[in-house]
Amino acid sequence: MAFFLEGLTDAVQALLRLDPQVYAAAWRSVWVSSLALLLAGSVGVPVGIALARMSGPRARLLVIAIRASMALPTVFIGILCYGLFSRRGPLGPFDLLYTPWAIVIGELLLALPILIALTHGAIAALDPRVAETLTTLGVSRWQRCRTYVSEARRGIVVAVLSAYARCVTELGIAIIVGGNIKGRTRTLATATAMETGMGEFGRGLAMGLLLLLTALAISFAIGFLSREERT
Amino acid sequence: MTEIMGCFGRPVRWGVWWRGCCLALGAVVGCGGADPQPAVSLRVAVTTSTRDSGLLDAIVPPYETAAGVRVDIIAVGTGRALQLGRAGDVDVVLVHARAAEEAFMRDGHGVRREDVMYNTFELLGPTDDPVAIGGSDILPALRRIATAGAPFVSRGDSSGTHQRELALWQAVGGRPTWSGFVESGQGMGPSLLMAHEMQAYILSDRGTFLSMRGKLDLLPLTTPSPLLQNPYGIIVVKAEGGDRLQRAHEFVDYMISVPTQRRIADYRVDGEVLFHPLRLPAKS
Repeated sequence: MAFFLEGLTDAVQALLRLDPQVYAAAWRSVWVSSLALLLAGSVGVPVGIALARMSGPRARLLVIAIRASMALPTVFIGILCYGLFSRRGPLGPFDLLYTPWAIVIGELLLALPILIALTHGAIAALDPRVAETLTTLGVSRWQRCRTYVSEARRGIVVAVLSAYARCVTELGIAIIVGGNIKGRTRTLATATAMETGMGEFGRGLAMGLLLLLTALAISFAIGFLSREERT
Repeated sequence: MTEIMGCFGRPVRWGVWWRGCCLALGAVVGCGGADPQPAVSLRVAVTTSTRDSGLLDAIVPPYETAAGVRVDIIAVGTGRALQLGRAGDVDVVLVHARAAEEAFMRDGHGVRREDVMYNTFELLGPTDDPVAIGGSDILPALRRIATAGAPFVSRGDSSGTHQRELALWQAVGGRPTWSGFVESGQGMGPSLLMAHEMQAYILSDRGTFLSMRGKLDLLPLTTPSPLLQNPYGIIVVKAEGGDRLQRAHEFVDYMISVPTQRRIADYRVDGEVLFHPLRLPAKS
């Protein structure tokens, strides 16, 4: 117990001391996963809406496949990306391996199935009268999309937050294609793993707490933007 | 139109979302660009022992400042480091597995190999030393651990330490198979913690052990032996690009230069020397 409490005290102290390395890693985690999510969201949400509008056996099969790929292990995406970005790989000439951009692309692939599947779920669960009303009104495709998103925004907020949580905490992609390079590709998750591996229990715990605080801040920000609490 | 649909709930404030997303994207791209990125970089794959011991933090930053090159350190096991070299994903590798390094050179993946430094391996065990190997030589000690079936944590990750461990087991009659023998498949630090928690025996490089000594209830038990010497080599990976190759050569020159070698000799953790340089002229 003493060991555990000491670790907690160390953790709080490390957070208060504002260790620049820790905060740099935290900020990197945030911007890398935010960028991945913005890119994934701009594809995933529209695809999810389109999927909800489709019907038939092929669409159902597609939905099942996408739902299954929500369970893709991050290390699998990591080695997949490594194969693509390696100097011998098809994207080798772009020199992306061991850069933050490689992590962004990996996390994009991680977030995409989650966003598509959960958006699809949220839209499909809408009151059928929404679609009927829109058809009666004869609105344009763009207005239809806007209304769907507006109506299903709770579900979409959950989709975005789930994807964000997965990205900001993932370890496999960041360590394989990022390489945990100090001051460049070290994220909170890889730093936590490294500190824990070196027996720095307190520092590891500090970074875990910071990760939690980050997620909390993001959740607040998105909740505020969607004005969820007032509806 | 969204106003008409208001009967299903409040409409989304599109303007706020739009501005929010633009702001976020701007911030993100701005910060991506704000990461310090000198135009030229060098990728070096090293073993975890050199990073975890803090040695590289002591000798690489001065080089980065002097040469204006950003050195990206990727810390992995020796096996993986050489694999990255073979793939051409790194420019320089700093590893410790002489036989594997020579094979790497023979296969034409490297253009230059230099000895840099050495440290030693230690056979560590619980402080109460249940099979009483304290003070014995490494091979009899391993034999006793095998006969007693004592708990032993193996790296199992084809790192330099793991390769040495396998060679030592070979010398005492082959790969161990008793149930107390576990393969962690992780780096030196996590493996040491595992041995500490399980109160098992483990082969470790001295540098990582010393840098974590305060957190471990493990003691070095065997006497020094030439079998426990651990030399590090640095290799310039073959590349067609002239610039990268040139920078790799310059970095290797720096690592074996007299001032750097002195710095390696002077590097201490808690007053203990971790690495011994191999390229200093005989004591003056």
